[in-house]
Amino acid sequence: MRHTKKSAVMIALLLCAAQASAQTIKIGSVLTLSGPNATLGENMDRAIKLYMKLHQDKLPPGVKVEVITRDDGGPNPDKAKQLSQELIVRDKVQFLAGMTWTPNAMSSAPLSTEAKVPMVIMNAGTSVITTMSPYIVRTSFTLWQSSLPMGTWAAKKFKTAYVAVSDFGPGHDAQAAFTKGFTDGGGKVVGEVRIPLANPDFIPFMQRAKDAQPDAIFGFVPAGKQATAIMKAYGELGLDKAGVKFIGPGDITTDEELPNMGDVALGVLTVFHYSAAADRPANKAFIAAWKKEYGENSTPSFMSVGAWDGMDAIYYAIREQKGKIDPDKTMELLRQYKSSTSPRGPIAIDPETRDIVQNEYLREVRKVGGKLENVELETVQTAVKDPWKIINNKK
Amino acid sequence: MQAVLASVVSVAFHGAALGMILYVISVGLSVTMGLMGFANLAHGVFAMAGGYVLTTAISRFGVPFPLALALAFVLVGAASVVLERLLYSRLYTASDLEQVLFTIGLIFIAVAVARFIYGTLQQPVVLPAYLKGQFSLLGRDFPTYRVFIIAFSAVMVGLLWFGVERTRWGAMVRAAVDNRAMAQSVGIDTKKLFTLTFALGSGLAGLGGGLGAEIIAIQPTYPFENLVYFLVVVAVGGLGSLRGPFVAALLIGIADTACKYWLPQFGAFPIYVATIAILLWRPAGLFGRHA
Repeated sequence: MRHTKKSAVMIALLLCAAQASAQTIKIGSVLTLSGPNATLGENMDRAIKLYMKLHQDKLPPGVKVEVITRDDGGPNPDKAKQLSQELIVRDKVQFLAGMTWTPNAMSSAPLSTEAKVPMVIMNAGTSVITTMSPYIVRTSFTLWQSSLPMGTWAAKKFKTAYVAVSDFGPGHDAQAAFTKGFTDGGGKVVGEVRIPLANPDFIPFMQRAKDAQPDAIFGFVPAGKQATAIMKAYGELGLDKAGVKFIGPGDITTDEELPNMGDVALGVLTVFHYSAAADRPANKAFIAAWKKEYGENSTPSFMSVGAWDGMDAIYYAIREQKGKIDPDKTMELLRQYKSSTSPRGPIAIDPETRDIVQNEYLREVRKVGGKLENVELETVQTAVKDPWKIINNKK
Repeated sequence: MQAVLASVVSVAFHGAALGMILYVISVGLSVTMGLMGFANLAHGVFAMAGGYVLTTAISRFGVPFPLALALAFVLVGAASVVLERLLYSRLYTASDLEQVLFTIGLIFIAVAVARFIYGTLQQPVVLPAYLKGQFSLLGRDFPTYRVFIIAFSAVMVGLLWFGVERTRWGAMVRAAVDNRAMAQSVGIDTKKLFTLTFALGSGLAGLGGGLGAEIIAIQPTYPFENLVYFLVVVAVGGLGSLRGPFVAALLIGIADTACKYWLPQFGAFPIYVATIAILLWRPAGLFGRHA
C-alpha cells in the first residue's frame, strides 16, 4: 500500500516536470460568441480551432499553443478592453487575437502597446486600427480595399448611386472609399444615409433610397443577420424589379448567409477578397477540411479566412523563434509574413503599415447547382494595399 | 413636389404598419393597467412568446401562416391565464413597487428561458409566397406583407372596439374600469372579468408579436428592448382607454419612421422628446382619465 502511494507521487512529480519542459504559448482570443451577432465569432473560432488541429506538426518540438477564448457579446468596447486586460494580466497571454469589431479592437489597442503584446486583428476592418499601436498586425481586410475599387468599377456602369452604410467606423470607411472611387470616375452620389448599428428594420432606409431613384445602391452593414435583413428589405420593396442594382463590399453577401437571403440576392455585385466559391486549390482544400470537421451544411465566411490566416501568421512567428517569444522580434517577423497558400490567394503583410496586402475580386451572386454562391468574375486589382493609408500617408 | 409627396406617402405607409403592430401589442397593457391598476412591465414577454410560437410553428412544424398566427393568439392567451391565476392575482393588492419588481423578475426569467431554448440569434420568419412581393396601389408599389399587417390589424381593432363598445362583456369592462367597487356591488364578477381581459390582452400581444416578427426582431432580449415603446404607447395614449393607445401607437410609428427617413442621425431621440413634451402638456396622456 505504502509502495503504491510512493510510486504515485513519483509519477505525479515526473508529469509535472514533463509539463514544465514543454513550452506552452498562450493566445488570448476576443470574439463575439453571444448575442445577435454570435455567428460572426463562431465562424472565426471554428477557423482557429480547425487550424490548430490540422497544423500541430508545424510547431517546433516541445512547443504547444493554447488559445484562451473570451466572448465580448458584440460591438462593446468597454467589455472588450476589460477582457483583453484580464487576458494580459491574469492569463499572461503572449498574443492577443480575434477582434470581431472595430470599436473592440480600438479600445484594446492601447493595452497591446503598454504590455507589448502583439495583437493580430482577424476581422475588424476600419483602416485606422493598425495605426493605433505598433504591436498591431491585421490579417483580415480594410473596407477601403474593397469599396474604393467597387466605386471605380461602378462609375463605369452606373451614373448615379445611393450610399447606405451602418453608422460606425467600417461604415464610414466604406462610404468615404466608395464615394471617392465613384465620383472620381464621374459618377454622382444622389443621397446617403448612415443607419444606426443596432437596427432591426431596414425598410424605412431602403424606401428612402428607392424614392431617390438611383441606378445602384451601395450598401454596407455588418455581415451576418444584418446583411440578410437589408437584403430582404431590398427585395420586399421591389428594388430589384425597379432595376436598382445592389452593390457593396462582400459583407452584404457573406457566404454563410446566402441560403437565408434567398433568390433576392441573385445578381448582387460585390468586390471582396474572399468567396467560399473560389476555385483556387488552396480554397478547395480549406473548404473540404471545414466541411469534414463541421458538416456539409456549414460554410466558412471571410471572417473564418481572416482568423485562419491570422493563426498561420502566429504559427510562423512561433516557428521562426523556436518557441521563445519576444514581442519586438515577433513584430519584426510578422511584418515580413507572406503566404501563397491562403484560401483567398496570395497575401502578405505590408512591412510599413502592418496591414494586409491582398487581391480584390469582383463577384456576382449566382445559382450554381441549386445553391447561391459568390462567383468570382474577375480580379479587379492584385496586391492591394490599404488605400486610406496611401492617400493620407499614414503608417 | 412629386418627390416630397412620394416620401410623405412612404413614411405614412411604413409608419402605419409599425404603429398598428405597436397598438395590437400594447392595447392589452393599457386595458390591464387601467382595469386592475397593475403595472405589468412583463407585457412584452407575451409578445415575444407569440413571435416564438409563430416562427417555431412555421419553420419546425410546417404550419400554414394563418394557422400559426391563430396559434400565437390562443397559446399565449392560455398561458397567460395560468400565469395570472398562479402569480399575478397574488399581487393585485400589493404596492406598485412590488408589482414592478415582480414583473421585472418575470422578464429576466423569460429572457433566460428564451435564450436556453432558442439561443441568442434572431428567429427568421418564413412568409408564405402570397405575402411576399409588392402590391400595386394608385401607381405605387407597396410591400405586400406590410399592406397585410395594416389591413389585418385594422380588422382586429374594429372587432375589439365593437366588443368593448357594443357587447355586454364590454359594458362590464368599462364599468369596472370606471368604478371597480360599484361594479362589484351591482354583481359583476370582477375576478373572472379580469382573468378574461388579461387573457385577451396577452393573446393580442402574442398575435402582435407574431405579426410583427419581421419588423421587431424576435430574440431573447425582446421584452427589455421594446419595453420603452410599449410603455410610451400606453403613457401617451392614457391608461384604460382603447382610442388613446391607438392614436399614440400611430403617432409613434409614424414619428419613428419619419425620423429614420429624414433624420437618421438623431436615432430615437426625437421620439423621447415628443413623449416628454406630450406628458408635460397632458400628464394623464392624450385620452387618459384623471385618476
